[in-house]
Amino acid sequence: MVMVIMAIQLTGINRVVYAVLILNKAGGLIYQRDFNPGLQKLSSNDYLILAGTFHGQVSLASAARAQVHAITSQISPTNETTSSGLEVLESENFVMRCFQTLTGTKFLVFAEPRQPNLDVVVRRVYELYADYVMKNPFYQIEMPIRSEGFDRHLAAYIKPHQ
Amino acid sequence: MSSASRARLGEEVWKTRTDKINAELVTLTYGSVVAQLCKDLDGDYAEVNKQLDKMGYNIGLRLIEDFLAKSNMQQKCANFRDTADVISKVGFKMFLNITPTIANWNSDGKQFSLLFDENPLADFVELPDDGKAQAELWYSNMLCGVIRGALEMVQMQVDAHFVSDLLRGHDTTEMKITLVRYIDDELPQDDE
Repeated sequence: MVMVIMAIQLTGINRVVYAVLILNKAGGLIYQRDFNPGLQKLSSNDYLILAGTFHGQVSLASAARAQVHAITSQISPTNETTSSGLEVLESENFVMRCFQTLTGTKFLVFAEPRQPNLDVVVRRVYELYADYVMKNPFYQIEMPIRSEGFDRHLAAYIKPHQ
Repeated sequence: MSSASRARLGEEVWKTRTDKINAELVTLTYGSVVAQLCKDLDGDYAEVNKQLDKMGYNIGLRLIEDFLAKSNMQQKCANFRDTADVISKVGFKMFLNITPTIANWNSDGKQFSLLFDENPLADFVELPDDGKAQAELWYSNMLCGVIRGALEMVQMQVDAHFVSDLLRGHDTTEMKITLVRYIDDELPQDDE
């Protein structure tokens, strides 16, 4: 997780949602877009590495419940048999919300620490994805998203007044 | 989530979050797809069934995301009985405004039937009288593919097929769904 934090060093604080990333179920980065200045620019390769690392962390976190049950059962306050893995990562300068759908797709939203209702934001992004990406008959599932309609509606939702 | 609250959820999604279109448009669009397939494949109804299933499969792979996003389901079903309940009360309800009856569970809980009292796809339909269609064509076979594709995306491999159809003169329209296995790995699926 150190890597994620280092990669997302903030250069300044102003507005709410910094970036949205979408990972397919294999951990590949299929969408990445910055909305507000605040995140350091990364090379596309770094983004891919970040996505892969994050995917690994989430998978580990959920797999650990089953495999290293002895350890995690001491850490975890509940006895649930399944865990969705890492969901929120907070630091002084940003908060990251991860939402994993039941199909395995992951939505990552980076935002200002005080941004409220991130889970609502991330669910809305999922709905836009279901509409403008999945319902486009020419979109190939699991492949990178290049959809003008999705871009437009996502921007309209996240930055309505700009 | 109890069975009753699923019924409420399905009702609510259908009423408040589903865009509606004219039913005839759906019926006629689906009808022309099936009729064109029958024509193109020269009355090879086994192949028509297969193609319909394949189309449905590709729909299911995509539709599942809409289903999850709109229904706001975040919890996996605890068992296959729950899955059946969700398919009927939430899935069919929000997309077709019907709630097929769940019946005929087998003893190990891995197979059930959906009984369709009404089927919007089959309104106005009479199968051709060529001596074959009545015995070979499963008119609504796309639905089987949709279920197969959608469940595959949530880590369930199933087999779905019709065993009877009002259009063929049977007493019921019945689809049998069998759980083959739960898929463990998180590998990408191939688009057909």
